[in-house]
Amino acid sequence: MSAPTTSVRARTSARTIVWLQGLAGLAGFAALLEIVPRIGLVSPLYLPPFSTIMVALYKEMMTAEFWTALGDTLEAWAIGLVISVIAGVVIGIVIGSSQVVRTLTHSTIEFLRPIPSVALIPLAVLLFGSQIQSTLILVVYASFWQVLIQVLYGVQDVDPVARETARSYGLGTWAQIRYVTWPTTLPYLMTGVRLAAAVALILAITSEVAIDTQGLGKEISDTESGGAVAAMYAYLIVAGIIGVIVNLGARTLERRVLAWHPSMRLDSVEARA
Amino acid sequence: MKTAVPALPRRIAATLALPVALIATWWFTSAHSQNFYFPPLRTIVETFGKLWFSSQAMQNVVPSLVRFSVGYLAAAVLGIAIGIPVGTSRNLRNVLEPVLEFLRAVPPPVLVPVLILFAGLGNEMKALVIVSGCIWPVLLNTVAGVRALDEVLAEVVRSYRIGPFTRFWHFILPGASPQIFTGLRQSLSIGLILMVISEMFAASDGIGFALVQYQRSFAIPEMWSGIILLGIIGIVLSLIFRAFEAWILGWYHGLRQSQRAN
Amino acid sequence: MIRAASAMLEVKHLRKVYADSSRTVEAIRDVSFTVGQGELVCIVGPSGAGKTTLLKCVAGLLAPSSGEIILEGQTVVEPPPAMAVVFQEYGRSLFPWMTVHDNVALPLKHKKIDAGRREELVRDALAAVDLKGVENAYPWQLSGGMQQRVAIARAVAYEPHVLLMDEPFAAVDAQTRADLEDLIRVLWARLRVTVLFVTHDIDESVYLGQRVLVMSHAPTVIMEDVAIDLPGERTQLETRSMARFGELRKHIYSKIQLAKQGWRPPA
Repeated sequence: MSAPTTSVRARTSARTIVWLQGLAGLAGFAALLEIVPRIGLVSPLYLPPFSTIMVALYKEMMTAEFWTALGDTLEAWAIGLVISVIAGVVIGIVIGSSQVVRTLTHSTIEFLRPIPSVALIPLAVLLFGSQIQSTLILVVYASFWQVLIQVLYGVQDVDPVARETARSYGLGTWAQIRYVTWPTTLPYLMTGVRLAAAVALILAITSEVAIDTQGLGKEISDTESGGAVAAMYAYLIVAGIIGVIVNLGARTLERRVLAWHPSMRLDSVEARA
Repeated sequence: MKTAVPALPRRIAATLALPVALIATWWFTSAHSQNFYFPPLRTIVETFGKLWFSSQAMQNVVPSLVRFSVGYLAAAVLGIAIGIPVGTSRNLRNVLEPVLEFLRAVPPPVLVPVLILFAGLGNEMKALVIVSGCIWPVLLNTVAGVRALDEVLAEVVRSYRIGPFTRFWHFILPGASPQIFTGLRQSLSIGLILMVISEMFAASDGIGFALVQYQRSFAIPEMWSGIILLGIIGIVLSLIFRAFEAWILGWYHGLRQSQRAN
Repeated sequence: MIRAASAMLEVKHLRKVYADSSRTVEAIRDVSFTVGQGELVCIVGPSGAGKTTLLKCVAGLLAPSSGEIILEGQTVVEPPPAMAVVFQEYGRSLFPWMTVHDNVALPLKHKKIDAGRREELVRDALAAVDLKGVENAYPWQLSGGMQQRVAIARAVAYEPHVLLMDEPFAAVDAQTRADLEDLIRVLWARLRVTVLFVTHDIDESVYLGQRVLVMSHAPTVIMEDVAIDLPGERTQLETRSMARFGELRKHIYSKIQLAKQGWRPPA
């Protein structure tokens, strides 16, 4: 009988290879960004070399405005996300718990969902101008649907046998929600939070670009109109990095919650967003 | 004895009940509105008819929809074309994944200033903006769909020596199509948003452009009617998409139903 | 009746080792056997005996770590055109987006035959497996047994010289399994095709085969090559109640038990 090879070392080296491949990809991308403007394939006025962008980023990070802008964006994102998650959960559970309500609201939800939130921009501007409330209107409107839809899926997925059992034991509405509905809905909610977090960030920055509210988006449009192209790209990269952090964070949170929670769904990939 | 209400009228009633009630509430509560920002619904509806069914309106609606269609379709083709090789090759995926994660995290509307630099203010810029946002859900879902292809089916394909083109057309593409359609559906809403945003920024025509004009000139009923129009377009596109999906993925819905029955 | 059969398939000192990032497993240590033209040979062994690995190596789907597989005089390096495989998971081996007809016809598209002949092959194959009127149905609309018949029809239409079957009836109910076993015997006799049939069911292997190769569990070797001297005409009821059937069955079962205790045949 042949002995198995040392497993831990082999496993770590495989993972290291994946990391290195990813790093190589990023390095290649940065190299591309460096070379393409330098050889004149694209004018360096439109796309500064990567090194120039990095220098500009460093300079921006030394200013106070950078950090205030970052804080403003994250503030709008966080507030909007919290509001939409709470609203989505409450309304989702209320609607989902009653077949009658669900049937009645189904058409309205399907009508309102596809409306692009940016359609509300003119209204937001009229009402609140360039204050954070405008941004919040857009962020909440877009993220709320992500949470609501997932919560509705979750409530629908509740095992009818479990529900009957709870009722036969005389559990009140609140107890039923706590012990039956909530555990089933939790994985779906996590998916909804992940989707909502991404959408909220995109809408926060979008509205800052469009409405000129304080934040990363405003810095991007300001640097563009001011001709500070390298700084504009620097802010763009920051927006991307924040986005990656939010996406990864949300995904990790989702995985953690699902790890100790027996997932009753077929496949998270199947979750319709 | 219960009187049985026939099924179809009941379904129609259930579908329309709440919307009709909401619209009626809006109508009556705003009927005598003096609020500048929230005019009576009646005025909005009148404006809607006058505005968007005129030939002048067509000058705004048609270019918008054309730009959207071009951008959306280009993103779909590109997303699938890139997604399939990335999904197939593990090494390619490992190398590209961090870069793609980063690129997709950049909010597409934010690219509008960048793309203005490159492509000016014309139609190309707007189409590019739409593509830059719509490509990601399609691409990432295509990758996921290709990765999730059934291994047994893959072995069947190999054991019968099925050639590369047949393999692509009859195995990879149909196999990944349910997941691809999930991406296409997400891209639909993103594309609409980007169409409007790009026009709000820099345009001489389009629905987004019109909306900004109305807002700036405080033409409030017109602005509201524009918002409603966008909503209707969103709904219509969504319905068209769903019909298309039901046609292409008929086999998939049948398969899932039979699985659920067992 | 024993014919002097020409060797259709030769397996020479096949060895297969799986090594991934965490461990190394020797699935097959040393397997050698020959299958003559037109023979129906069964491979039986306990779960984990590397039977599927063996079949996949023979089919050209897996590369052996060492050793050789020779089909009609040529070494197998990739799936050869003269072979067809029927997999255990029938549900997953048929394309759910194609009708039964298209499923059966697909492998033929590459065989350089004209459309008329192809239609003929499809029709004949479906008739041979006793499936009528389902050409336009989708696989998921059919029962498990019917789906497996479609997979068998697909293999039959391909006109292979060697038919490989990997525990094809393991996931099917007992009554359907009996019907399908008889179907295999009928097809084998009619088409004169060489069949290599892998199963974990000892009874099935004795009922179907002219020879039974008894496998040990991993690292796998052949425990014994048992000649099944039952009459050529077999029926579920009579053959299985014959005394000789019981003896053969017991013999194979005891060999497998020996293997589990660590006994191996002398090299």
